[in-house]
Amino acid sequence: MQSVSELLSMGGYGAFVWTAYLIAAAVMVGLLAMVLKGLSRHRETLKTLEAERQDLRASTP
Amino acid sequence: MTHALAQILLRDLKLAMRQSSDVAVLVMFFVITVSLFPFAVGPEPGVLARIAAGVLWVTALLATMLSLDRLFQSDFDDGSLDLLVMSAPPLELIVLAKVAAHWLVAGLPLIVAAPILAVALRLPADGFLVLIAVMAIGTPTLSLIGAVGAALTLGARSSGVLISLLVLPLYIPVLIFGVAAIDAGIAGLVVRPHLLILGAMLIAALPLAPWAAATALRQALT
Amino acid sequence: MQRFANPNRFLKAANAILPWCAWVTVGCLITGLYFAIFASPADYQQGETVRIMYVHVPSAWMAMFIYANMAIASAVALIWRHPLAHLAAKSSAPIGAAFTVICLASGMLWGKPTWGTWWVWDARLTSVLILLFLYVGYIALVNAFDDASRGMRTGAVLAIVGAVNLPIIKFSVDWWNTLHQPASLTRLDAPAIHSSMLIPLLLMAMAFMGFYATLLILKMNDELACAKIRGLRIAQAR
Repeated sequence: MQSVSELLSMGGYGAFVWTAYLIAAAVMVGLLAMVLKGLSRHRETLKTLEAERQDLRASTP
Repeated sequence: MTHALAQILLRDLKLAMRQSSDVAVLVMFFVITVSLFPFAVGPEPGVLARIAAGVLWVTALLATMLSLDRLFQSDFDDGSLDLLVMSAPPLELIVLAKVAAHWLVAGLPLIVAAPILAVALRLPADGFLVLIAVMAIGTPTLSLIGAVGAALTLGARSSGVLISLLVLPLYIPVLIFGVAAIDAGIAGLVVRPHLLILGAMLIAALPLAPWAAATALRQALT
Repeated sequence: MQRFANPNRFLKAANAILPWCAWVTVGCLITGLYFAIFASPADYQQGETVRIMYVHVPSAWMAMFIYANMAIASAVALIWRHPLAHLAAKSSAPIGAAFTVICLASGMLWGKPTWGTWWVWDARLTSVLILLFLYVGYIALVNAFDDASRGMRTGAVLAIVGAVNLPIIKFSVDWWNTLHQPASLTRLDAPAIHSSMLIPLLLMAMAFMGFYATLLILKMNDELACAKIRGLRIAQAR
């Protein structure tokens, strides 16, 4: 079993290996966050618009 | 039907001739941009000769790209595109006729100007004939691919920059083999395979590009 | 497939499998990372840097797979006018672009210790760079029109043109690279891949695939919500 310091240094290439994994993680998490944020924002707008449409229908004779 | 297509070609040519300054401006852009490179890399003949083929091709790509909006934009703006779509010949052939006119107006001047500029860039003598040959085979392909980009961006926001984003990556294979052919000619290696590949790209583009451009034009007009 | 042309039926089915996609992603990611970082050997030539391969190669596969998906979805959309195919293509593009960026970044970080330089114009990195241009061009085109449906239809044509061009570009870049590459340069991937390296590679590939499926379903939910919003706004403008 490797020690933590061995793991971090990766035979001297630690900076390269870990940066590669971190960039991949950052891009994937960032994409997920962007999509979820857009989705929740649009669902909010949709709820508001549909509520307005209900009000309009209820108020017109 | 050939009569109608000839009419379309002649009409585009006449329109271009009326605004002949557009053609002159295009060639001047080619000349000026090529001239930037000696200022950028220094006038040593060795350096210039090494990059001459590449500089000529990249600048020819850029000049072609800048000339693309004349293909469809003005017809789209004044409504003649709607009439063309409704006319008898298939839209794909109409596109071919317009691309032919575009090449005569924008491609042919580049083929003429390139060897003259090649002298200024100290292109070795063995490269000149190949240069003219690859330009002759390559520039129609550039016009064909460019027509697809022009049709796709009709009515889009910032269509000028968008065209370059779409079209330049598609130009890369023509660029690679165009430069390789000239470099092979200079090195005394066999040039014919490169010319054959460029020819194959042209033959492939001849049916595909008009189909794509016509589809995009129909989408722009609905 | 015709049954799923109805957005609501599609959403019900897609959202039903969404949790499965998410759990497969997480599961494969955890086991894949365990094997990639702890339980696989270092390469005898490249040392520990070979672990970057477990991110670089699957992301390259995904970048190309997603583009193929976009092209097929675009063809389906144009030929059969399947309404959701356009949305599938549009939703896939940012995910494909993200994997392309990951592939390029990890490729650069792999190249520096193994080849001594950040950027190498080798055939794979160059082709992936051009693929990134194609993705960015597609996303720019689809979003360049005020009418969203015009944007998607135009994007569909571009996706197909790009797909036809991809083998030509790959062939040209491969050829160009062999012309210019000095003979002493070693190749980035191992000549024959041992099972101890194959397992983490496949696990990471499955994790990325699950990630694509998860995000695709989420993004299509988003696109359908946007379409509903546009419809409601037009209706209420009367």
